[in-house]
Amino acid sequence: MNPSNLSSLNGLRVAVTGGTSGLGLALVKALRARGAQVAFVARDAQRVAEVARQVAGSHGIVGDVSWKIDTHALAIQLTSALGGVDVLVNNASRLGPVPLAPLADTDCEDLEAALATNLVGPFRLTKALLGALSASARAGGPAAVVNITSDAAVTPYAGWGAYGASKAALLHLSRIWDEELRPHGVRVIAVDPGDMDTPLHAQAVPDADPATLKRPEQAAEEILALIAQHAAARAAQEVAA
Amino acid sequence: MKAAIVPRQRPRDAKLLVVDAAGRLEHAPRALLAEYLAPGDLLVANDAATMPASLHGLHLPTRQVIEVRLAGRRSLAVDDVREFTAVVFGAGDHRTRTEDRAAPPPMQPGDALALGPLRATVLRTLDHPRLIALRFEGTPDAIWAGIARHGKPIQYAHLDEPLALWDVWTQVAALPVAFEPPSAGFVLDWALLSALKRHGVGFATLTHAAGISSTGDASLDARLPFDEPYHLPASTVQAIARTHAAGGRVVALGTTVTRALEHAASRGPVLRAGSGIADQRIGAQTRLRVVDAIISGTHEPGTSHYELLRAFAGDPVLRRASNALERHGYRTHEFGDSVLIERAEASACDGCNAEASVMAV
Repeated sequence: MNPSNLSSLNGLRVAVTGGTSGLGLALVKALRARGAQVAFVARDAQRVAEVARQVAGSHGIVGDVSWKIDTHALAIQLTSALGGVDVLVNNASRLGPVPLAPLADTDCEDLEAALATNLVGPFRLTKALLGALSASARAGGPAAVVNITSDAAVTPYAGWGAYGASKAALLHLSRIWDEELRPHGVRVIAVDPGDMDTPLHAQAVPDADPATLKRPEQAAEEILALIAQHAAARAAQEVAA
Repeated sequence: MKAAIVPRQRPRDAKLLVVDAAGRLEHAPRALLAEYLAPGDLLVANDAATMPASLHGLHLPTRQVIEVRLAGRRSLAVDDVREFTAVVFGAGDHRTRTEDRAAPPPMQPGDALALGPLRATVLRTLDHPRLIALRFEGTPDAIWAGIARHGKPIQYAHLDEPLALWDVWTQVAALPVAFEPPSAGFVLDWALLSALKRHGVGFATLTHAAGISSTGDASLDARLPFDEPYHLPASTVQAIARTHAAGGRVVALGTTVTRALEHAASRGPVLRAGSGIADQRIGAQTRLRVVDAIISGTHEPGTSHYELLRAFAGDPVLRRASNALERHGYRTHEFGDSVLIERAEASACDGCNAEASVMAV
């Protein structure tokens, strides 16, 4: 990672879903620390208010990305909090059945809930923010959607059926959408942050030794470096044009 | 003309009437729009998203039910969201034609309004029983949350079903600053944007707070359009300069784009990026400086939108176009068919050309 690149995050307008715990919270803090403008979404009003207080200058928005009816309200609140959007991080995730269960024991409702949060929600919110993202791209901005996926999207781990299938779909959606949007200046990037010490991982593997897991702060730094790299490449393109 | 009563932005049978600079008419399927633009042309759209500007609630001094329709704002700044001009209706909903809606209770400066989670105060009445300036309480984030959660898009009595926000957001909708949808932009989808790219047609946007189209009150409607703030990005100004320098046409997608670009052009010898408030009326007397053609919905004579078309084509041509629209069953209103009108050759007379065309930088 080239640390000087991170200066390109200054003033960047970033929306993060699932911003009150785990990787999302680490991203909100790290982005603010680097001078980005940040608005985040989470379901619990009290947690949202706490994090917004804790991270000075961040905008907390209460909502549920898995609810269709919330989509446009979230898009309005995110774009108006930030004055537009350069980067959307679809981070909010749902495990499916807790504790993990073989697919044959997984309730249809749990599969649907995982798909709603991990696939359909990111699809809807990205679509609703695509106008703002493409406006950023037309103005020379580093427009990007970062979708948080998982190695469970690639490797068939027993017990991770609902989560793995939903993240596999998100991964492929990202790859196709990137093909379609790249000519318009919007990148769609899928990132597997690795096994992290987060509330979601604790739901899945309650007895995991946290020392063997990546800290979400470290994963957040890696994602920031990726965004910064993209922003620097975009800036270089603009200079060349 | 018949009103389009189904809120579908891109019906497969949508029609396009093309009026060229010589006044010739041609009927086309709207799906072929890209083919009526030439390589080197630039299509400019309004990327304003539509806010849910209709807020139901109570006029607290009288406890009477009201509907407040936000209708104007002095800037597009996202944190400048406390003060609005608004049109107020009494009890009832959009199923009643706006013309027949009850008047609101008499309002005085200082009156408190409760609009769902939002609290507002009447700042001023504006020379009309339905028209007020109001001020919301709270932080910008809280006001946006209240509007986003409680507001509904302004509804139309001619549609069968109530509109949801996704019905009225164009595919390029970005900042939520329009009070009614910039509906000419309904023609856009990502397949069209890709087709334009393949075809060598540029695409650019500006943001313009499209205002309400009708209040149902003749004396208020006579004051439309209200002043509308807009923002013209530097990248769009550059694209316009490149287009004109290479002999291409700047094609405005809608009346709001035309109003914003021509306002910006009227402010000096060169077109500059930045913010402004479009407060001019465009009509037969207007000399267009930037826009070479317009794609718009179909509009009936007497509306401010139709007046604007008179800047592009003479009355005989517009009369023929109106007759053709009627004869061929074009649909009108927000979800209706479209026209593409190229600016008449006559209005770009040789003598006035030098001063009429504004250099863009």
